[in-house]
Amino acid sequence: MKHSIAEDNLDNSHTADIPSEPVLVLRGVHKSFGTQHVLDGINLTVVRGETLTVLGRSGTGKSVLLKLIIALENMDAGSICIQGQEIAGLGLNEMNRLRIKMGFLFQCAALYDSLTVEQNVAFPLERHTKMSKSERSDRVKELLSSVGMEHDLNKMPSDISGGMQKRVGLARALALQPEILLLDEPTAGLDPITSGEIDDLVLKLQKEHALTSIVVTHDLHSARTIANRLALLEKGKVVMEGSFEELAESNDDFVREFFKRDS
Amino acid sequence: MESTTTSSGTMINRSLEWFGDLGSFSWKVICAAITRPFELREILRQIDEIGSKSLPLVALAGAAIGTVFALESRSSLVHFGAKAMLPAAVVYSIIHEMGPIITGLVVSGRVGAGIGAELGSMKVTEQIDAIEASAVNPYKLLAFTRILACIVVLPLLTLVTDFCGVCAGWITETLADPISIHRFLDKGFSGVNFSDFLAPTFRTSAFGLIIGLVACFQGMRTRGGTEGVGRSATSSVVLSSLFVILADVILVKVILIFFP
Repeated sequence: MKHSIAEDNLDNSHTADIPSEPVLVLRGVHKSFGTQHVLDGINLTVVRGETLTVLGRSGTGKSVLLKLIIALENMDAGSICIQGQEIAGLGLNEMNRLRIKMGFLFQCAALYDSLTVEQNVAFPLERHTKMSKSERSDRVKELLSSVGMEHDLNKMPSDISGGMQKRVGLARALALQPEILLLDEPTAGLDPITSGEIDDLVLKLQKEHALTSIVVTHDLHSARTIANRLALLEKGKVVMEGSFEELAESNDDFVREFFKRDS
Repeated sequence: MESTTTSSGTMINRSLEWFGDLGSFSWKVICAAITRPFELREILRQIDEIGSKSLPLVALAGAAIGTVFALESRSSLVHFGAKAMLPAAVVYSIIHEMGPIITGLVVSGRVGAGIGAELGSMKVTEQIDAIEASAVNPYKLLAFTRILACIVVLPLLTLVTDFCGVCAGWITETLADPISIHRFLDKGFSGVNFSDFLAPTFRTSAFGLIIGLVACFQGMRTRGGTEGVGRSATSSVVLSSLFVILADVILVKVILIFFP
Protein backbone atom coordinates (compact mmCIF):
# COMPACT_ATOMS: atom_id res chain seq x y z
CA MET A 1 0.00 0.00 0.00
CA LYS A 2 1.26 3.44 -0.94
CA HIS A 3 2.26 5.37 2.15
CA SER A 4 1.65 9.01 1.37
CA ILE A 5 3.14 12.12 2.89
CA ALA A 6 -0.36 12.97 4.05
CA GLU A 7 -0.50 9.78 6.11
CA ASP A 8 2.88 10.59 7.63
CA ASN A 9 1.52 13.96 8.49
CA LEU A 10 -1.49 12.54 10.29
CA ASP A 11 0.78 10.29 12.30
CA ASN A 12 3.32 12.94 13.25
CA SER A 13 2.87 16.48 14.37
CA HIS A 14 4.68 18.82 11.99
CA THR A 15 4.33 21.97 13.94
CA ALA A 16 7.29 21.56 16.27
CA ASP A 17 10.09 22.51 13.88
CA ILE A 18 8.45 25.62 12.42
CA PRO A 19 10.53 28.73 13.02
CA SER A 20 8.56 31.60 14.49
CA GLU A 21 9.58 34.34 12.05
CA PRO A 22 6.30 35.99 11.01
CA VAL A 23 5.89 36.17 7.25
CA LEU A 24 2.36 37.46 7.06
CA VAL A 25 0.76 39.70 9.66
CA LEU A 26 -2.80 40.96 9.31
CA ARG A 27 -4.03 43.51 11.84
CA GLY A 28 -7.59 44.85 12.02
CA VAL A 29 -8.31 44.22 8.34
CA HIS A 30 -11.68 45.54 7.21
CA LYS A 31 -13.28 45.18 3.80
CA SER A 32 -16.74 46.13 2.59
CA PHE A 33 -18.49 45.86 -0.74
CA GLY A 34 -21.17 48.53 -0.75
CA THR A 35 -23.17 48.05 2.42
CA GLN A 36 -21.93 44.49 2.92
CA HIS A 37 -19.20 44.34 5.56
CA VAL A 38 -17.26 41.24 4.48
CA LEU A 39 -14.21 41.39 6.75
CA ASP A 40 -14.58 43.02 10.13
CA GLY A 41 -11.22 43.42 11.83
CA ILE A 42 -9.28 40.31 10.89
CA ASN A 43 -6.13 39.61 12.92
CA LEU A 44 -3.91 36.76 11.76
CA THR A 45 -0.23 35.94 11.86
CA VAL A 46 1.42 33.25 9.75
CA VAL A 47 5.01 32.27 10.47
CA ARG A 48 7.58 30.96 8.02
CA GLY A 49 6.96 27.40 6.91
CA GLU A 50 3.49 27.32 8.42
CA THR A 51 0.32 26.26 6.65
CA LEU A 52 -2.70 28.15 7.91
CA THR A 53 -6.03 26.86 6.75
CA VAL A 54 -8.91 29.33 6.68
CA LEU A 55 -12.31 27.76 7.13
CA GLY A 56 -15.74 29.29 7.13
CA ARG A 57 -19.13 29.25 5.49
CA SER A 58 -19.55 30.40 1.92
CA GLY A 59 -19.56 34.18 1.62
CA THR A 60 -17.64 34.87 4.82
CA GLY A 61 -14.83 36.59 2.93
CA LYS A 62 -12.20 33.84 2.80
CA SER A 63 -11.36 34.41 -0.85
CA VAL A 64 -11.47 38.18 -0.34
CA LEU A 65 -8.89 37.73 2.42
CA LEU A 66 -6.49 36.07 -0.03
CA LYS A 67 -7.11 38.79 -2.64
CA LEU A 68 -6.33 41.47 -0.06
CA ILE A 69 -3.03 39.77 0.74
CA ILE A 70 -1.94 39.80 -2.91
CA ALA A 71 -3.46 43.28 -3.37
CA LEU A 72 -6.01 42.33 -5.99
CA GLU A 73 -8.45 44.13 -3.72
CA ASN A 74 -7.73 47.10 -1.48
CA MET A 75 -8.60 46.91 2.20
CA ASP A 76 -10.73 49.64 3.74
CA ALA A 77 -8.79 49.73 7.01
CA GLY A 78 -6.12 47.78 8.84
CA SER A 79 -2.66 46.60 8.01
CA ILE A 80 -1.16 43.71 6.06
CA CYS A 81 2.58 43.13 6.44
CA ILE A 82 4.31 40.66 4.13
CA GLN A 83 7.85 39.78 5.16
CA GLY A 84 7.88 42.92 7.26
CA GLN A 85 6.67 45.19 4.46
CA GLU A 86 3.34 46.98 4.82
CA ILE A 87 1.47 46.63 1.53
CA ALA A 88 -0.89 49.59 1.97
CA GLY A 89 0.52 52.48 -0.04
CA LEU A 90 3.06 50.37 -1.92
CA GLY A 91 3.69 51.41 -5.52
CA LEU A 92 2.96 48.97 -8.32
CA ASN A 93 6.61 48.02 -8.79
CA GLU A 94 7.15 47.35 -5.08
CA MET A 95 3.92 45.35 -4.91
CA ASN A 96 4.92 43.35 -7.98
CA ARG A 97 8.25 42.53 -6.32
CA LEU A 98 6.24 41.05 -3.44
CA ARG A 99 3.80 39.31 -5.80
CA ILE A 100 6.68 37.47 -7.45
CA LYS A 101 7.36 35.87 -4.07
CA MET A 102 3.75 34.69 -3.85
CA GLY A 103 1.95 31.97 -5.73
CA PHE A 104 -1.82 32.23 -6.05
CA LEU A 105 -4.17 29.43 -7.00
CA PHE A 106 -7.58 30.82 -7.91
CA GLN A 107 -10.81 29.08 -6.97
CA CYS A 108 -11.57 28.28 -10.64
CA ALA A 109 -7.89 28.08 -11.62
CA ALA A 110 -8.21 31.18 -13.90
CA LEU A 111 -6.08 29.69 -16.66
CA TYR A 112 -5.56 31.94 -19.69
CA ASP A 113 -7.98 30.41 -22.16
CA SER A 114 -6.08 31.54 -25.25
CA LEU A 115 -2.89 29.75 -24.11
CA THR A 116 -2.11 26.05 -23.93
CA VAL A 117 -1.43 24.28 -20.64
CA GLU A 118 2.32 24.60 -21.30
CA GLN A 119 2.08 28.30 -22.15
CA ASN A 120 0.00 28.95 -19.05
CA VAL A 121 2.67 27.51 -16.77
CA ALA A 122 5.44 29.19 -18.78
CA PHE A 123 3.77 32.61 -18.53
CA PRO A 124 5.32 33.73 -15.20
CA LEU A 125 8.68 32.24 -16.23
CA GLU A 126 8.70 34.19 -19.51
CA ARG A 127 7.88 37.37 -17.65
CA HIS A 128 10.17 37.18 -14.65
CA THR A 129 13.12 34.94 -15.48
CA LYS A 130 15.89 34.98 -18.04
CA MET A 131 15.59 31.24 -18.69
CA SER A 132 16.33 30.00 -22.18
CA LYS A 133 13.49 28.38 -24.10
CA SER A 134 14.78 24.87 -23.35
CA GLU A 135 15.32 25.64 -19.66
CA ARG A 136 11.81 27.03 -19.49
CA SER A 137 10.40 24.03 -21.24
CA ASP A 138 12.19 21.67 -18.81
CA ARG A 139 10.93 23.66 -15.84
CA VAL A 140 7.36 23.62 -17.16
CA LYS A 141 7.53 19.85 -17.69
CA GLU A 142 8.91 19.39 -14.19
CA LEU A 143 6.13 21.52 -12.70
CA LEU A 144 3.40 19.78 -14.68
CA SER A 145 4.86 16.43 -13.77
CA SER A 146 4.63 17.34 -10.08
CA VAL A 147 0.87 17.76 -10.47
CA GLY A 148 0.43 14.79 -12.82
CA MET A 149 -0.26 16.85 -15.94
CA GLU A 150 2.91 16.19 -17.93
CA HIS A 151 0.99 14.47 -20.76
CA ASP A 152 -1.32 17.41 -21.46
CA LEU A 153 1.17 20.10 -22.42
CA ASN A 154 -0.47 21.11 -25.68
CA LYS A 155 -4.09 20.97 -24.58
CA MET A 156 -6.15 24.12 -24.23
CA PRO A 157 -7.74 24.83 -20.83
CA SER A 158 -11.19 24.28 -22.37
CA ASP A 159 -10.16 20.72 -23.32
CA ILE A 160 -9.34 19.59 -19.78
CA SER A 161 -11.56 19.02 -16.75
CA GLY A 162 -12.01 21.46 -13.88
CA GLY A 163 -9.83 19.32 -11.63
CA MET A 164 -7.06 19.20 -14.23
CA GLN A 165 -7.31 22.98 -14.66
CA LYS A 166 -6.81 23.35 -10.95
CA ARG A 167 -3.69 21.20 -11.06
CA VAL A 168 -2.32 23.30 -13.92
CA GLY A 169 -3.20 26.42 -11.91
CA LEU A 170 -1.20 25.03 -9.01
CA ALA A 171 1.77 24.31 -11.30
CA ARG A 172 1.58 27.91 -12.54
CA ALA A 173 1.40 29.21 -8.96
CA LEU A 174 4.59 27.28 -8.16
CA ALA A 175 6.47 28.32 -11.31
CA LEU A 176 8.53 31.09 -9.72
CA GLN A 177 9.30 29.03 -6.61
CA PRO A 178 7.28 31.31 -4.34
CA GLU A 179 7.95 31.76 -0.65
CA ILE A 180 4.28 32.21 0.12
CA LEU A 181 1.49 30.14 -1.40
CA LEU A 182 -2.12 31.29 -1.37
CA LEU A 183 -4.54 28.55 -2.32
CA ASP A 184 -8.22 29.22 -2.81
CA GLU A 185 -10.08 25.94 -2.40
CA PRO A 186 -7.36 23.79 -4.00
CA THR A 187 -9.27 20.53 -3.60
CA ALA A 188 -12.82 21.70 -4.34
CA GLY A 189 -14.33 19.66 -7.15
CA LEU A 190 -11.47 17.15 -7.20
CA ASP A 191 -11.77 13.40 -6.71
CA PRO A 192 -10.40 12.06 -3.40
CA ILE A 193 -7.25 10.65 -5.01
CA THR A 194 -6.32 13.92 -6.73
CA SER A 195 -7.22 15.83 -3.56
CA GLY A 196 -4.83 13.58 -1.66
CA GLU A 197 -2.11 14.23 -4.26
CA ILE A 198 -2.58 18.00 -3.95
CA ASP A 199 -2.40 17.70 -0.15
CA ASP A 200 0.79 15.64 -0.50
CA LEU A 201 2.28 18.28 -2.77
CA VAL A 202 1.49 21.10 -0.33
CA LEU A 203 3.05 19.11 2.51
CA LYS A 204 6.10 18.30 0.41
CA LEU A 205 6.60 21.97 -0.41
CA GLN A 206 6.17 22.86 3.23
CA LYS A 207 8.71 20.27 4.39
CA GLU A 208 11.31 20.70 1.65
CA HIS A 209 11.15 24.44 1.02
CA ALA A 210 9.65 25.78 4.26
CA LEU A 211 6.89 27.28 2.11
CA THR A 212 4.40 29.45 3.96
CA SER A 213 0.84 28.79 2.87
CA ILE A 214 -2.62 30.08 3.47
CA VAL A 215 -5.21 27.62 2.25
CA VAL A 216 -8.88 28.52 2.01
CA THR A 217 -10.95 25.37 1.98
CA HIS A 218 -14.22 23.72 2.90
CA ASP A 219 -12.56 20.31 2.83
CA LEU A 220 -12.08 19.40 6.49
CA HIS A 221 -10.15 16.24 5.64
CA SER A 222 -7.69 18.28 3.58
CA ALA A 223 -7.52 20.92 6.33
CA ARG A 224 -6.71 18.26 8.88
CA THR A 225 -4.00 16.83 6.65
CA ILE A 226 -2.12 19.93 5.59
CA ALA A 227 -2.75 22.58 8.24
CA ASN A 228 -0.47 23.41 11.12
CA ARG A 229 -3.13 25.78 12.31
CA LEU A 230 -6.70 26.60 11.36
CA ALA A 231 -8.67 29.82 11.55
CA LEU A 232 -12.45 29.74 11.43
CA LEU A 233 -14.18 32.80 9.98
CA GLU A 234 -17.75 33.83 10.68
CA LYS A 235 -19.41 37.16 9.91
CA GLY A 236 -16.10 38.69 8.92
CA LYS A 237 -14.29 37.79 12.14
CA VAL A 238 -11.94 35.02 13.19
CA VAL A 239 -14.04 33.12 15.74
CA MET A 240 -11.38 30.59 16.63
CA GLU A 241 -7.77 29.74 15.82
CA GLY A 242 -5.88 26.60 16.72
CA SER A 243 -5.01 23.06 15.70
CA PHE A 244 -7.59 20.82 14.08
CA GLU A 245 -8.06 18.95 17.33
CA GLU A 246 -8.54 22.16 19.32
CA LEU A 247 -11.23 23.32 16.94
CA ALA A 248 -12.88 19.91 16.72
CA GLU A 249 -13.10 19.72 20.52
CA SER A 250 -14.31 23.29 20.97
CA ASN A 251 -17.42 24.00 23.03
CA ASP A 252 -18.36 26.99 20.90
CA ASP A 253 -21.72 26.29 19.25
CA PHE A 254 -20.74 27.58 15.82
CA VAL A 255 -17.40 25.71 15.77
CA ARG A 256 -19.12 22.50 16.90
CA GLU A 257 -21.80 22.93 14.25
CA PHE A 258 -19.12 23.48 11.60
CA PHE A 259 -17.20 20.36 12.54
CA LYS A 260 -20.26 18.19 13.19
CA ARG A 261 -20.67 17.10 9.58
CA ASP A 262 -17.08 15.89 9.43
CA SER A 263 -17.37 13.74 12.50
CA MET B 1 -42.29 65.21 -12.13
CA GLU B 2 -40.15 64.50 -9.08
CA SER B 3 -39.34 60.98 -10.28
CA THR B 4 -38.30 62.36 -13.69
CA THR B 5 -35.94 64.83 -11.99
CA THR B 6 -34.53 62.06 -9.79
CA SER B 7 -34.00 59.75 -12.74
CA SER B 8 -32.28 62.55 -14.72
CA GLY B 9 -30.07 63.23 -11.71
CA THR B 10 -29.17 59.55 -11.44
CA MET B 11 -28.33 59.43 -15.14
CA ILE B 12 -26.11 62.51 -14.89
CA ASN B 13 -24.39 61.05 -11.82
CA ARG B 14 -23.82 57.76 -13.63
CA SER B 15 -22.44 59.54 -16.69
CA LEU B 16 -20.08 61.62 -14.57
CA GLU B 17 -19.01 58.51 -12.71
CA TRP B 18 -18.41 56.72 -16.02
CA PHE B 19 -16.25 59.56 -17.35
CA GLY B 20 -14.37 59.69 -14.04
CA ASP B 21 -13.67 55.96 -14.20
CA LEU B 22 -12.64 56.28 -17.84
CA GLY B 23 -10.21 59.06 -16.87
CA SER B 24 -8.73 56.94 -14.10
CA PHE B 25 -8.46 53.95 -16.48
CA SER B 26 -6.76 56.12 -19.12
CA TRP B 27 -4.25 57.38 -16.55
CA LYS B 28 -3.39 53.79 -15.55
CA VAL B 29 -2.89 52.89 -19.22
CA ILE B 30 -0.66 55.93 -19.81
CA CYS B 31 1.43 55.10 -16.72
CA ALA B 32 1.72 51.49 -17.89
CA ALA B 33 2.64 52.56 -21.43
CA ILE B 34 5.71 54.55 -20.44
CA THR B 35 7.39 51.83 -18.41
CA ARG B 36 9.33 48.78 -19.56
CA PRO B 37 8.75 46.19 -20.96
CA PHE B 38 7.02 47.68 -24.01
CA GLU B 39 5.29 44.45 -25.05
CA LEU B 40 6.37 44.73 -28.71
CA ARG B 41 5.49 41.13 -29.48
CA GLU B 42 1.98 41.50 -28.08
CA ILE B 43 1.53 44.85 -29.91
CA LEU B 44 2.47 43.18 -33.23
CA ARG B 45 0.13 40.28 -32.46
CA GLN B 46 -2.72 42.70 -31.78
CA ILE B 47 -1.98 44.70 -34.95
CA ASP B 48 -2.20 41.47 -36.89
CA GLU B 49 -5.30 40.32 -35.01
CA ILE B 50 -7.18 43.61 -35.37
CA GLY B 51 -5.85 44.58 -38.80
CA SER B 52 -5.87 41.40 -40.82
CA LYS B 53 -9.23 40.21 -39.52
CA SER B 54 -10.90 43.56 -40.20
CA LEU B 55 -9.42 43.80 -43.69
CA PRO B 56 -12.12 41.88 -45.65
CA LEU B 57 -14.92 43.75 -43.90
CA VAL B 58 -13.51 47.25 -44.50
CA ALA B 59 -12.64 46.32 -48.11
CA LEU B 60 -16.21 45.22 -48.69
CA ALA B 61 -17.61 48.30 -46.96
CA GLY B 62 -15.33 50.52 -49.05
CA ALA B 63 -16.39 48.83 -52.27
CA ALA B 64 -20.05 49.14 -51.29
CA ILE B 65 -19.86 52.89 -50.56
CA GLY B 66 -17.88 53.47 -53.75
CA THR B 67 -20.50 51.66 -55.81
CA VAL B 68 -23.49 53.27 -54.13
CA PHE B 69 -21.97 56.73 -54.25
CA ALA B 70 -21.12 56.42 -57.96
CA LEU B 71 -24.64 55.15 -58.74
CA GLU B 72 -26.40 57.82 -56.67
CA SER B 73 -24.20 60.72 -57.82
CA ARG B 74 -24.28 59.82 -61.47
CA SER B 75 -27.98 60.57 -62.00
CA SER B 76 -27.76 63.88 -60.12
CA LEU B 77 -24.61 65.01 -61.93
CA VAL B 78 -26.05 64.00 -65.33
CA HIS B 79 -29.19 65.98 -64.46
CA PHE B 80 -27.11 69.12 -63.88
CA GLY B 81 -24.83 68.44 -66.84
CA ALA B 82 -21.83 67.88 -64.61
CA LYS B 83 -21.14 64.23 -65.45
CA ALA B 84 -17.44 64.98 -65.91
CA MET B 85 -17.27 65.83 -62.21
CA LEU B 86 -18.15 62.27 -61.17
CA PRO B 87 -14.57 60.94 -60.68
CA ALA B 88 -13.66 63.99 -58.57
CA ALA B 89 -16.87 63.68 -56.55
CA VAL B 90 -16.26 59.99 -55.86
CA VAL B 91 -12.59 60.36 -54.94
CA TYR B 92 -13.04 63.51 -52.87
CA SER B 93 -16.03 62.18 -50.92
CA ILE B 94 -14.43 58.84 -50.20
CA ILE B 95 -11.02 60.01 -49.05
CA HIS B 96 -12.33 63.08 -47.27
CA GLU B 97 -15.22 61.73 -45.27
CA MET B 98 -16.82 58.46 -46.24
CA GLY B 99 -13.72 56.26 -46.10
CA PRO B 100 -12.61 57.40 -42.62
CA ILE B 101 -16.05 57.36 -40.99
CA ILE B 102 -17.12 54.05 -42.55
CA THR B 103 -13.81 52.46 -41.46
CA GLY B 104 -14.27 53.88 -37.97
CA LEU B 105 -17.80 52.53 -37.65
CA VAL B 106 -17.05 49.12 -39.17
CA VAL B 107 -14.00 48.64 -36.92
CA SER B 108 -15.87 49.87 -33.86
CA GLY B 109 -18.47 47.16 -34.57
CA ARG B 110 -16.07 44.31 -35.20
CA VAL B 111 -13.13 45.18 -32.97
CA GLY B 112 -15.10 46.97 -30.24
CA ALA B 113 -17.33 43.95 -29.71
CA GLY B 114 -14.37 41.57 -29.92
CA ILE B 115 -12.25 43.42 -27.36
CA GLY B 116 -15.21 44.07 -25.05
CA ALA B 117 -16.23 40.41 -25.05
CA GLU B 118 -12.68 39.03 -24.79
CA LEU B 119 -11.61 41.23 -21.90
CA GLY B 120 -15.03 40.90 -20.28
CA SER B 121 -14.74 37.15 -20.37
CA MET B 122 -11.21 37.34 -18.95
CA LYS B 123 -12.47 39.59 -16.18
CA VAL B 124 -15.34 37.37 -15.03
CA THR B 125 -13.16 34.23 -15.13
CA GLU B 126 -10.49 36.00 -13.01
CA GLN B 127 -7.88 35.76 -15.78
CA ILE B 128 -7.14 39.47 -15.46
CA ASP B 129 -6.67 39.00 -11.70
CA ALA B 130 -4.37 36.07 -12.48
CA ILE B 131 -2.24 38.29 -14.73
CA GLU B 132 -2.04 40.89 -11.96
CA ALA B 133 -1.23 38.21 -9.38
CA SER B 134 1.63 37.11 -11.65
CA ALA B 135 3.12 40.60 -11.19
CA VAL B 136 2.27 41.59 -14.76
CA ASN B 137 0.44 44.86 -15.38
CA PRO B 138 -2.85 44.04 -17.20
CA TYR B 139 -3.28 47.69 -18.18
CA LYS B 140 -0.16 47.29 -20.28
CA LEU B 141 -0.45 43.72 -21.49
CA LEU B 142 -4.15 43.84 -22.32
CA ALA B 143 -5.22 47.47 -22.68
CA PHE B 144 -2.22 49.46 -23.95
CA THR B 145 -1.33 46.87 -26.60
CA ARG B 146 -4.88 46.81 -27.99
CA ILE B 147 -5.32 50.58 -27.89
CA LEU B 148 -2.00 51.17 -29.68
CA ALA B 149 -2.84 48.49 -32.24
CA CYS B 150 -6.18 50.24 -32.96
CA ILE B 151 -4.42 53.62 -33.31
CA VAL B 152 -1.91 52.15 -35.80
CA VAL B 153 -4.31 49.96 -37.73
CA LEU B 154 -7.18 52.40 -38.36
CA PRO B 155 -5.32 54.68 -40.85
CA LEU B 156 -4.04 51.59 -42.70
CA LEU B 157 -7.54 50.15 -42.91
CA THR B 158 -8.81 53.54 -44.07
CA LEU B 159 -6.37 53.36 -46.99
CA VAL B 160 -7.87 49.99 -47.88
CA THR B 161 -11.42 51.40 -47.65
CA ASP B 162 -10.42 54.40 -49.81
CA PHE B 163 -8.71 52.17 -52.38
CA CYS B 164 -11.64 49.77 -52.63
CA GLY B 165 -14.14 52.64 -52.70
CA VAL B 166 -12.35 54.42 -55.54
CA CYS B 167 -11.89 51.18 -57.50
CA ALA B 168 -15.56 50.25 -57.05
CA GLY B 169 -16.55 53.79 -58.07
CA TRP B 170 -14.50 53.44 -61.27
CA ILE B 171 -15.96 49.98 -62.04
CA THR B 172 -19.51 51.29 -61.51
CA GLU B 173 -18.83 54.33 -63.69
CA THR B 174 -17.09 52.38 -66.43
CA LEU B 175 -19.95 49.88 -66.64
CA ALA B 176 -22.34 52.76 -67.37
CA ASP B 177 -20.00 54.90 -69.45
CA PRO B 178 -16.58 53.33 -70.19
CA ILE B 179 -13.62 55.34 -68.89
CA SER B 180 -10.02 54.16 -68.41
CA ILE B 181 -8.76 53.81 -64.83
CA HIS B 182 -5.91 56.18 -65.64
CA ARG B 183 -8.32 58.90 -66.82
CA PHE B 184 -10.70 58.27 -63.92
CA LEU B 185 -7.89 58.66 -61.37
CA ASP B 186 -6.41 61.62 -63.19
CA LYS B 187 -9.74 63.46 -63.12
CA GLY B 188 -10.55 62.20 -59.62
CA PHE B 189 -7.31 63.36 -58.00
CA SER B 190 -6.95 66.58 -60.01
CA GLY B 191 -8.63 68.68 -57.31
CA VAL B 192 -7.21 66.78 -54.36
CA ASN B 193 -4.03 67.88 -52.61
CA PHE B 194 -1.93 66.05 -50.03
CA SER B 195 -3.61 67.66 -47.02
CA ASP B 196 -7.01 66.54 -48.33
CA PHE B 197 -5.72 63.02 -48.07
CA LEU B 198 -3.45 63.12 -45.02
CA ALA B 199 -5.60 64.83 -42.41
CA PRO B 200 -8.76 62.73 -42.89
CA THR B 201 -6.75 59.50 -43.00
CA PHE B 202 -4.85 60.24 -39.80
CA ARG B 203 -8.08 61.44 -38.21
CA THR B 204 -8.90 57.75 -37.95
CA SER B 205 -6.04 57.31 -35.45
CA ALA B 206 -8.26 59.27 -33.08
CA PHE B 207 -11.09 56.84 -33.92
CA GLY B 208 -8.70 53.98 -33.13
CA LEU B 209 -7.86 55.56 -29.78
CA ILE B 210 -11.57 55.91 -28.98
CA ILE B 211 -12.46 52.36 -30.06
CA GLY B 212 -9.53 50.75 -28.22
CA LEU B 213 -9.94 52.81 -25.07
CA VAL B 214 -13.71 52.43 -24.75
CA ALA B 215 -13.69 48.70 -25.59
CA CYS B 216 -10.83 47.91 -23.18
CA PHE B 217 -12.43 50.03 -20.46
CA GLN B 218 -15.84 48.41 -20.86
CA GLY B 219 -14.28 44.93 -21.02
CA MET B 220 -12.07 45.35 -17.97
CA ARG B 221 -14.89 46.68 -15.77
CA THR B 222 -17.25 43.79 -16.61
CA ARG B 223 -19.38 42.51 -13.75
CA GLY B 224 -21.88 39.70 -13.51
CA GLY B 225 -20.90 36.58 -15.45
CA THR B 226 -21.84 35.82 -19.04
CA GLU B 227 -24.66 38.35 -19.01
CA GLY B 228 -22.13 40.99 -18.05
CA VAL B 229 -19.85 39.90 -20.90
CA GLY B 230 -22.72 40.40 -23.35
CA ARG B 231 -23.45 43.82 -21.87
CA SER B 232 -19.79 44.81 -22.18
CA ALA B 233 -19.60 43.73 -25.81
CA THR B 234 -22.78 45.63 -26.67
CA SER B 235 -21.85 48.77 -24.74
CA SER B 236 -18.36 48.74 -26.28
CA VAL B 237 -19.87 48.89 -29.76
CA VAL B 238 -22.59 51.41 -28.92
CA LEU B 239 -20.33 53.80 -27.01
CA SER B 240 -17.34 53.58 -29.32
CA SER B 241 -19.58 54.16 -32.39
CA LEU B 242 -21.21 57.11 -30.67
CA PHE B 243 -17.88 58.68 -29.72
CA VAL B 244 -16.44 58.00 -33.19
CA ILE B 245 -19.33 59.96 -34.74
CA LEU B 246 -18.92 62.80 -32.21
CA ALA B 247 -15.15 62.85 -32.73
CA ASP B 248 -15.70 62.93 -36.48
CA VAL B 249 -17.82 66.07 -36.20
CA ILE B 250 -15.28 67.78 -33.95
CA LEU B 251 -12.24 66.69 -35.96
CA VAL B 252 -13.77 67.74 -39.28
CA LYS B 253 -14.17 71.22 -37.80
CA VAL B 254 -10.60 71.19 -36.43
CA ILE B 255 -9.19 69.96 -39.75
CA LEU B 256 -11.07 72.71 -41.59
CA ILE B 257 -9.45 75.27 -39.29
CA PHE B 258 -5.92 73.99 -39.92
CA PHE B 259 -6.37 72.92 -43.59
CA PRO B 260 -9.02 75.31 -44.93
